[in-house]
Parts: sequence; C-alpha cells; structure tokens
Amino acid sequence: MPIDIDIAHVAKLARIELSEQDMASYRAQLGVILDHAAKVQALPTEGVQPTSHPLDMVNAFRDDVVTPSLDRDEVLSQAPDATDGFFRVPPSLDNE
Amino acid sequence: MNWEPVIGIEVHVELETASKMFCGCAVDFEAEPNTNVCPVCLGLPGALPVPNRKAIEWITKIGLAFNCSISERSQFHRKNYFYSDQPKNYQISQFDVPVCHDGWLDVTVAGATSRIRINRAHMEEDTGKSIHVGDSGRIHSATETLLNFNRAGVPLVEIVSEADIRSAAQARAYAQDLRTVVTALGVSDAKLEEGSIRFDANVSIRPVGTEPFGTKVEVKNMNSFRSLERAVDYEIRRQEGVLESGGIVHQETRHWDEGEGVTHSMRSKEGSSDYRYFPEPDLLPIEVTDEWRDEIAATLPEMPAARALRYVALGADGDSASSLAGSEALATLFESAVEAGAPGNVVANWLTGEVTAWSRRESLDVAESALTGKHLRDLAAMVAANSLSSTAAKEVLGYVLAGEGGPAEVATAHDLVQISDSGALEEAVDEVIADNAEQFARLAGGEDKLIGFFVGLVMRVTGGKADPRAVTEILRSRIS
Ligand SMILES: [Zn+2]
Repeated sequence: MPIDIDIAHVAKLARIELSEQDMASYRAQLGVILDHAAKVQALPTEGVQPTSHPLDMVNAFRDDVVTPSLDRDEVLSQAPDATDGFFRVPPSLDNE
Repeated sequence: MNWEPVIGIEVHVELETASKMFCGCAVDFEAEPNTNVCPVCLGLPGALPVPNRKAIEWITKIGLAFNCSISERSQFHRKNYFYSDQPKNYQISQFDVPVCHDGWLDVTVAGATSRIRINRAHMEEDTGKSIHVGDSGRIHSATETLLNFNRAGVPLVEIVSEADIRSAAQARAYAQDLRTVVTALGVSDAKLEEGSIRFDANVSIRPVGTEPFGTKVEVKNMNSFRSLERAVDYEIRRQEGVLESGGIVHQETRHWDEGEGVTHSMRSKEGSSDYRYFPEPDLLPIEVTDEWRDEIAATLPEMPAARALRYVALGADGDSASSLAGSEALATLFESAVEAGAPGNVVANWLTGEVTAWSRRESLDVAESALTGKHLRDLAAMVAANSLSSTAAKEVLGYVLAGEGGPAEVATAHDLVQISDSGALEEAVDEVIADNAEQFARLAGGEDKLIGFFVGLVMRVTGGKADPRAVTEILRSRIS
C-alpha cells in the first residue's frame, strides 16, 4: 500500500504545474520512493551514528581570502533580462 | 482582562569577513551591483560551497559572548524556498544542530534585571537585495524587481532568543545590549539603518497568570531601536484589541510601517516543514573541538557589562558607564583620560554629554574628532584650578572637538580663561571697594543684597574673567 502524498502541495512547493494525469502518475512514483524510505527507516539503527555524508571527514574550510569574482557583463548576458547592472525579474511579492 | 506580552527576538547579524561564507567573493556593500558574484553565490549548476573558517570562528565567539554552549559537531542544512533574491532556491542554514545553543543575556530596564535565554545562534548565508520598482514605490504595486547578488552568500548569524521578553521596553533593551556586545566583538559593523543587523520580533499575548502561549505574530521591518519598541508596543495593543473584541489572532508575518505607526499583514507564515530542511550534501560537518573553542575564547574582549562596572569604579555614574562601555570611541577616550589622571566623573559627564551631542550634531564619529584623553585631562585640570568655569569648559570642549587645538590654547584664543591668580583678583576687589566706599559701608553694615552689586562690578572690571565664587569669598573676607 503506497504512502499517501498531497501531490498538489508538493507541486506547489516545487513551483511546477501538473495536469491531473501527471499528478496521478507522480503520486504513484513518489509513493514507491517513500515506501523504500520507510523500509530503510524500519532498519534497526540502535548504536549507529547518524550520518549525512559518505565521507568520514569534518572541517573542510577555506581561509578568509578574497578571490576574483566573475565579469558582470558576462554574468548578466546569461540572464533572460537585465538592466543597469541588475538582473530584472517579474515583480516578486511573496511565496504565493 | 489583563494581558501579558510574550516576546521572542530573532536577530540577524552580517559578519564583516573579507570574503563571503562559501566563496571568495568580497563582502563589500559599496560595490557596484552584481560585481561580487561567482558561480557559488549565484547558485550556478555544479558549483561547490566551501565554508569560511573565520566565519565559524566568529560565530563561536558570538556564542561564547552570549554564554552559549558550543556544539562539538554541527552541520549545515538546506532551507528550501522560492524567492527571487535567493539564487539557489534554497538557503544554506542550520537546522537541528546549530553551532551555538543555550546561552543568555542579562537585560536591565528601569533598574530591574532579567535574564533572557538565548535558544541558539546558527550560521547561514544572506540573500541578495531586491529593489521593487513601481509607481508608488510600494512592494504591492511593483511592476518589476531588480536584483543585486553582492549580498548573496554573505555570512549571516541568526541569534534566536527564548520567548522570555515581557515588554516592548525590554525588547528594545535586549536588542540594544545584544548589538553592543556584537559591536564589541568586532565581528560586524552592526548598523541597523544599513541592515547589517536586523531584528524581528515574535509577539503574542496571554491572560496574566496563565501559562499557554497565545498565537504568535512575527513583526519585521524595524530599522531603529525606537521603531522596534514602537512596533512591539503597537502589536501588543493590536492583539489586545482583537482578543477583547472576541476576534482571533492569526499566525502571520506583519510589516511595521514607520510612517503610519502600524503593522500590516504580509502573508501566512509557512510551516517549518514546508521549508523541507535536509542535510546539505555538499558540506562536511563542522567540529569545534574544546581546544579550538578555548583558543577562540581567549580572543574575547572585555564584555560591555563588565566594562561598565569597571567604569563605575573609576567614578562614572551607572548610566554614563553603560553608554561609555557601549562605544569603542568613548571608552577609549575615557580610559586614556582617566589613565592620564583626570577625574572619572567629570570626564564621563563630558563624554556622554557635550561630546556625544557634538557627534550627533556633526554626524561624525567621536573617533574622527581631534579630541584626546590628554585634552580631557588638561581641561579637567583647568576647571579644578579655577582657570575655567564649568560653562566655559564646555565651550572649550567644542573648540577642541572641532580641531582648533588643545584646551589651554583654545581657551586663550577665545578669551575664556578666568583670573585664578588670587593676588590679581584681590587687587580688583579692593579697587572696586575703594571706588564705592559708601555702598561697601552699607554692605558691611548688614545690607547683604549689595554683595551682588560688588560681584557684578568686579566682573565688569575683569572683563567677565573672574570666578564669581572667588570674588564673593574675597568680599566676605573684607567685611569681617
Ligand atoms: Zn561568490
């Protein structure tokens, strides 16, 4: 039995528009992934260190030294729209 | 019903490192837009972040200054949300294991000290800056948004208090004291008006004597301590009004409008789970060993509260001591003046009075003035020797601040030196007595109000440079 997902909410958070048909198929596909995660979650992990990284390393830092940035014209030339050294985008109000 | 406000404060502090948090782009807010950007801070595909060691040292320093425990191991998370000033569509932040946790800051309002617990201080990165362009200049009616990513990726420390604050005045005091500490640490210029330190308040109210928290509202957009206090005060009264009239306080974010003096609703707050935090796979855990932590602790400067106590012992009154301890420039002058032998109380009054007023009036930092500790010592010595009246001393201070020269030089140039040579003064008094023998006989006969007449004459004869108290004394000695 696949885990139930509020696929419309997930789509909204990801800012993608889905048809009814897409929703049904993604719901099923994501359900399989969640099923798998549930299986992993059920494993006995008593005494196992939580890990978020495959490497057993810590503290890969850099010194606080300034390195050259990119050329602005080159940067802005990659954007759909720019003006006066700024990126120009549609009015952004909120997360709605 | 009587309501009790319950307030927590979130503070964002931009660190003044040379380079950004995860890339080598310069931290420079004066720069032309989008000139300090690279694949990492623009969130281009394949770019890999590498944390700035100094930022980790500095957040540890901040944590230690606020009495926090330092996590031996902490980790970065991705906080996912869409907003155009956030190039990666996620912010690298920290979630369940921040670098610093469980600290406190003692705050005093009207003589009452309260301990405000600090839940955590975590490391994250700042966003870019948006300029909303439109007819009215208001965000709601903007027609387009311009983006500058120079600020994107600047190291940002978020300091989150517990909901231990109980009044708008206390909220302000907490914010001010916190800023003073951060400034003393030298990790941020912490300027409210420029946004390098930002305060948000979580405000709710509950009936006095009850435990459960009410629904909290997040208030943003306060760019001075005064507006923070006003905004919190307004929000408390607004919620009281809503609840008293049988309404419901909604969990939301509200923006403070300084001009109108009200808060406006912005949007429903997304639930924490909507940010879909997950461990940042591109970054390794951070380990602050006891050894590293102790090394950082050894670099902590004297904290403002401790410094203020020391200044009280040097003669400053409590309020002046706090003001002096909160300003590097004033503190430096106070210490060098006292070290040079000036009385602490006199110097503290000048520094928190005339000198601070001068700095405001001229919009200049005191450190940019010509004033030195030795000047203050010399000025105090002139007052003590009666060669300057205390009023004239303030005037002299103004000229010294303006760079006209040392106190003695300036006082002479502006003809402010009092006759302190008692011989010269006695001569002047005797001359006036001789010229007004009849009036003096009446004074000697008990007509005491004539003393003012004589003092006035001596002042006139000396061109206003006599010390009236000294003149009075001499007159009295001539009567008896
Ligand atoms: Zn960069």
